[in-house]
Amino acid sequence: MKNSVQILGNFKLFFIEIGELSYFAKRFFIEVFSTPFEFKELLRQCYNMANKSLVLVGVTGFILGLVFTLQSRPTLAQFGAVSWMPSMVSISIVREIGPVIIALICTGKISSGIGAELGSMRVTEQIDAMEVSGTNPFKYLVVTRILAATLMLPLLIIFGDVIALFGSALVENLKGSVSFLLYFNKVFDAIKFSDIIPATVKSFFFGFAIGLVGCFKGFYCKKGTVGVGEASNSAVVYTSMLLFIIDFIAVFISDIFFEI
Amino acid sequence: MGTINKKTSVLKIQNLKKSFGNNAVLNGFSMELFEGENLVIMGKSGSGKSVMIKCLVGLLIPDEGSIEISGKTISELSQKEMNLLRTEIGFLFQGSALYDSMTVRENLEFPLRKSNLNLTEIEKLVNEVLESVGLLNTINLMPEELSGGMKRRIALARAIIMKPKIIIFDEPTTGLDPITAKEILELMKNIQNQYHTSSLIITHDIDCARVISNRMILLIDGINYAEGTFKELSSSTDKKIQAFFK
Repeated sequence: MKNSVQILGNFKLFFIEIGELSYFAKRFFIEVFSTPFEFKELLRQCYNMANKSLVLVGVTGFILGLVFTLQSRPTLAQFGAVSWMPSMVSISIVREIGPVIIALICTGKISSGIGAELGSMRVTEQIDAMEVSGTNPFKYLVVTRILAATLMLPLLIIFGDVIALFGSALVENLKGSVSFLLYFNKVFDAIKFSDIIPATVKSFFFGFAIGLVGCFKGFYCKKGTVGVGEASNSAVVYTSMLLFIIDFIAVFISDIFFEI
Repeated sequence: MGTINKKTSVLKIQNLKKSFGNNAVLNGFSMELFEGENLVIMGKSGSGKSVMIKCLVGLLIPDEGSIEISGKTISELSQKEMNLLRTEIGFLFQGSALYDSMTVRENLEFPLRKSNLNLTEIEKLVNEVLESVGLLNTINLMPEELSGGMKRRIALARAIIMKPKIIIFDEPTTGLDPITAKEILELMKNIQNQYHTSSLIITHDIDCARVISNRMILLIDGINYAEGTFKELSSSTDKKIQAFFK
């Protein structure tokens, strides 16, 4: 009995949090179109997010392409379909694996970073200081970060996808003696706009989710260092969950428009 | 210290009430701050001092009561008007609250971002306030490179950069060694002379109250329990008041 009451309580808290997150998102959409705009801070955030995640995304993408090709090769060889490798790898990476894996990596890097940064600013009264000085902290801290994440994630995903394809091409070059030129010719033959457009569109949503949840958790961080840790940690957990939900919806919608 | 104009009230609080759940923190607190005055509010930890000043600057919304700053009732102001009014108030936070991703210069420039000043004027103002607090050489340092006392001075410089009419000090000497605390108090007096501000000082440091106050209010049980000069209150026979001066 006690357990079921606790579970119900947790469910209630979960839905309250969903409501608060929706309200936070609504406030973002109101503030993003109202003046004054914080262009300088937006550019700084874009640079920080992209620059600090670039190496991580590159390394992850490269290993992803490498491992994916190495793992798939024996199975395709069994069916005598090794020549299909560039098409299979490129479509899988561009459509699904690249965006999801890179978004998850960026969740760990960007969303937790935002959660911790804003959380510690809340705890040390820096957000209050901003408000007292007549600056709107939501606009300066939240709107710029969400926008930066939304704009930068598609670029990071495209970069990661390209590096992943290079990793895959390297394996094919070393194991199957396929030249880079031939590999990429096959890749461009296989990939269609119907693969690229839905993947790019959903990566904007991934970026939005990463920025939104990180900012939400950090901005409303509870007092104390424990609160900062919780904000950072729960930002990663919630964002990861949200990414899969967005991915499911995106695949569902893509299926309607592009008949996957 | 500057002259006090008891006819001109720059800040007026009437019957302020604020509760958190069942916990009533402020139970009808009232006070008035006059032009050029240093008003010290003392109270035990958890007595509602910080809640009161957060209500003053609009960080918390009171349940009841009215707050007037420079003749404007803050509950009647729009967000834009409130932000404009906030430029007339300097706020020194207990933990300094310097933006730790910015240099000292950027910290000081931050409140001026949306002002109509050009870069030269901003530069001049930054140098002027840094000189006032005696830390011109720290202009390019990050907050993490400063000591606690230096941070408090920079925070004070940031509080006065908009040339406010009122400065609110939240525990200005807490966490500082006695010598640095004395220097901060000296600095507060100098700044008041230089900028002719009115100050509201929240503290439980009796030395701070003795040195800086023109008038004191003791905040007990959410109300202004006693009011008077340091001398008047320290000679009171009331046990609750005496507890502060032991």
